[in-house]
Amino acid sequence: MKNRKKSLAEFFADRWALFFLVAEIVFFAIVSRGFLTPRGIQIIFFFGTSVFLLSVGETFVIITGGIDLSVGFVMGFASIVAAKLIVVFTESGMAPAAAILVGMVLTFIISLLPGLINGSLVAFLKVPPFIATFSMIGISHGVSELLIEGVPAKNLPHLANVIGNGHLFYYARGKGMSIFSRPELERGEHVLELLPNIVIITFILIAVFSFILKRTRYGQHTYAIGGNVDAALRSGINVKRHLVTVYMVSSFFAGAAGVIYMLQYVTGKADAGAALLLDGIAAVVIGGASLYGGKGTIWRTILGALIIATLETGLRIRGVPTFDKYILVGVILIGAVLVDQIIPERVEEE
Amino acid sequence: MSKSKQEPVVLSEYEARKTAVVLARNWAALFLLFLIVVFSFSGGAGFFSATNLQNVLHLSTTFLILAAAQTFVIISGGIDLSIGFVMGLSSVSAAKIMQILHAGDNPVGMTILIGMFVGLVVAVPPGLVSGILIAKYKVPPFIATLGMWGITNGITLHICEGFPVGFLPQLVTKIGNGFLFFILPGKESWMLIRPDGLSGEEIRSLTRIIPSSTIFVVVLLLILWHILHNTKFGQHNYAIGGNEDAALRSGIHVRRHLIIVYTLSSFLAGIAGVFNVFQTGIGNFTPFTAMYELYAVAAVVIGGASLSGGSGRIFGSVIGVMLIATLENGLSISGVAPFYRFIAVGLILILAVTIDQLFPKLISRRAAA
Amino acid sequence: MGFLLEARNVTKTFGGLTAVDNVSIGVKSGEVLAIVGDNGAGKSTLIKMISGVYSPDAGSFYFDDKQVKIEHPRDSLGLGIETIYQDLALAENLNVYSNIFLGREQTKRLLGLIEVLDHSYMYSESRKILERLDIKIPALKSKISTLSGGQRQAVAISRSIYWNARVLIMDEPTAALGIAEQRKVLDLVRSLKQHGIGVIIISHQMHDVFSVADRIVVMRRGQKVADTKRDETNTDEIVKYIVGAETVVT
Ligand SMILES: Nc1ncnc2c1ncn2[C@@H]1O[C@H](COP(=O)(O)OP(=O)(O)O)[C@@H](O)[C@H]1O
Ligand SMILES: [Mg+2]
Repeated sequence: MKNRKKSLAEFFADRWALFFLVAEIVFFAIVSRGFLTPRGIQIIFFFGTSVFLLSVGETFVIITGGIDLSVGFVMGFASIVAAKLIVVFTESGMAPAAAILVGMVLTFIISLLPGLINGSLVAFLKVPPFIATFSMIGISHGVSELLIEGVPAKNLPHLANVIGNGHLFYYARGKGMSIFSRPELERGEHVLELLPNIVIITFILIAVFSFILKRTRYGQHTYAIGGNVDAALRSGINVKRHLVTVYMVSSFFAGAAGVIYMLQYVTGKADAGAALLLDGIAAVVIGGASLYGGKGTIWRTILGALIIATLETGLRIRGVPTFDKYILVGVILIGAVLVDQIIPERVEEE
Repeated sequence: MSKSKQEPVVLSEYEARKTAVVLARNWAALFLLFLIVVFSFSGGAGFFSATNLQNVLHLSTTFLILAAAQTFVIISGGIDLSIGFVMGLSSVSAAKIMQILHAGDNPVGMTILIGMFVGLVVAVPPGLVSGILIAKYKVPPFIATLGMWGITNGITLHICEGFPVGFLPQLVTKIGNGFLFFILPGKESWMLIRPDGLSGEEIRSLTRIIPSSTIFVVVLLLILWHILHNTKFGQHNYAIGGNEDAALRSGIHVRRHLIIVYTLSSFLAGIAGVFNVFQTGIGNFTPFTAMYELYAVAAVVIGGASLSGGSGRIFGSVIGVMLIATLENGLSISGVAPFYRFIAVGLILILAVTIDQLFPKLISRRAAA
Repeated sequence: MGFLLEARNVTKTFGGLTAVDNVSIGVKSGEVLAIVGDNGAGKSTLIKMISGVYSPDAGSFYFDDKQVKIEHPRDSLGLGIETIYQDLALAENLNVYSNIFLGREQTKRLLGLIEVLDHSYMYSESRKILERLDIKIPALKSKISTLSGGQRQAVAISRSIYWNARVLIMDEPTAALGIAEQRKVLDLVRSLKQHGIGVIIISHQMHDVFSVADRIVVMRRGQKVADTKRDETNTDEIVKYIVGAETVVT
């Protein structure tokens, strides 16, 4: 009897983030009309893409016991690089689709560079991750501004907008289902839009890396390094090389967030991700990862990111100033750590 | 026989090593001197003039205060990410009160004093809460203060609704931008506050000596230096940062101490915020791109502190601040585009930590050889 | 000389401190070599060089009488030198079988393409090795952080044995254990010896040392001050070497 009580409390403590998310959704569903509709739910994901991507990359770093402060500005940097490349390619006569594809791929590759530098500083020169990645903020911010000389990148092909704000499926009564292309509408007709393109891209990337973390040797070594660096080292894991690649994963995701941002807002901006420092790290910690390393999963990080994205969209639909979001994320962040620390203790005492 | 012959050699090698260590320890100060020399050439009189140097000092005031706050926290083995936004909260709160009182035609002195008071008071709870979370509930400092980062930022934006708070008494900026002496050569001189009713020509020829802000911040830093170096509290701060368990076992009230440290840090950020009102004449919320708290960490680390706690000096942090400030000012006077400054600061920071990391190795290698 | 593993004239300094000063040791196959010495004598540093955690400032290593390079833990693991450290070096956030396979995880191919961890293989292999060593750990899927000191020790030992160690190094293997667990570890050492494994064991317990060791090396302030067969010495003499009453090298 007593035992069951304990395990029940543990059960809830373990899954509080999930229950919190459900409670949050119920709350907003009651107070704001239009929240719990296909459209409302897709908006959560649509505007949440940056947080999802940044926090998933950050999860890898945090599991190793590090931190990457630079993701927001690497995201801005990547949004500019992508925009610039695509503009240059289209101006040189490339077809928009090809320009966008090549520009995106190149940006993904370029965005590995900040991570390579961060990781090398951390692994080889033993610079604390906090300092190495803060320096990278300055460097990526500076380089971004240099690239655009103060004005947001513009003149992107219209196709970028179509991809960034389009959906995979459209369904209009009487016109049937169409893929990628929005049907022509007459007055008063409604179209049901399903699966925003950028959300699909985001979750494909996340699924791949979630698999890597969970199922492969690479993932196992990531946990081992965060759990006990000495153990990892002595069992022959190439810790330094591994750390470098982990920071590259993080900046790759920041790069992806930048590319998605470019598609979504059809521009590149140096400070595109400046406000996301809190959100990106908070999502990981709300998801139960420890800053001391060794703990955390992608699925839980997504849960944390969803809590934040739902909050943001819910408040936005209600027309509440977004200032409140910062307060609430701060409170949830601290609450998350308190729950993780206090509740298990209490359970043991009983 | 052979031993006595060897002795002087060993000694001089030891001396050389010691000199090298001293140089490495103070590389930031040396680098600062180097920068000043370089900018004196590249920026000319524009950089190396009393006016500009006083200007650099004046504009560094808030940065100096924030770095001093961060120094206390970092020595204790923590980090305070909230100070940038606490500063914004204080700035906006103080200005808002002054604005309201000023609009109600209250006496200027009272208006300013109450505004100041409120600005300082609102800075206490964030630090107190972070401190309690960290000390009592074992929330990692990074998380507790990052949470407070969001909370104070949100509250600040609520108060000012996303706009700077203006329409304050004129006296505010006169105090904030005062100098110890204003001298109209050959005619008259004033102290602290620039007199009204001077002609444009007179204002241009007015010689200003020592910003009041500098006197203020020097006094504040001396007090903080005294606390850190000459008091039990300061000693405990190093002890806790060095080895928290040992500190606890030797009877230090670690919890209470940490709560005080984070409250002090936050309160100092409040002082910086109130000062910010005096300097600019408006209440400024902190934008995301400002990253004051991160720059403060950078300055402290450049100044020789370790993020793992137990080491750091107020004077070192001051050097760190002046290094970054001089770099930014010198580059801008030398006509370098602002973007390069971000990059330069990033590189200097990496350099700073790398020097600290490499140096023990240099020493041990030589000892082994 | 017939040593399986030999370290010749190795030296290691930390800053100004010489932790290990020009020390040579060797172990034959099927032999148990005990290293004893006061705290800070340099025992752990010496074996960390052999296992590749620290690289020596001077000196060389021989395996099967051939000179070998040991610059990284991978090198010594590759030679078949397994080490159980004083601090055990287990990843507490991972489960038992993941630790046994740490760094050498078994993988399989998914759809013939993608390499993924083969959990069921690692689980059943770990089960086998634990049974062979007669070690009882209830749940192989539980994290190390939930195990007792003795259980952790057992995991560390199983890990080494599983990988067919030719030399097993143990740094104070019984320090954290209860009496029954200590006895089991010593039994284990004797059975390893039967299998022709060379064992180097660091211990403070004279009783343990004399009950399992064939040869005893005494370290003092970074130097080797004695190297003698167990049958040619006694506890009193070893203690004298440890505290520095005499200096004899045979
Ligand atoms: N990583 C290290 N850095 C600096 N000094 C060390 C390090 N490891 C060991 N030492 C020093 O080397 C000496 C020998 O230590 P150790 O080999 O651990 O001794 P033992 O295992 O015999 O007790 C001690 O004085 C210890 O403080
Ligand atoms: Mg030892």
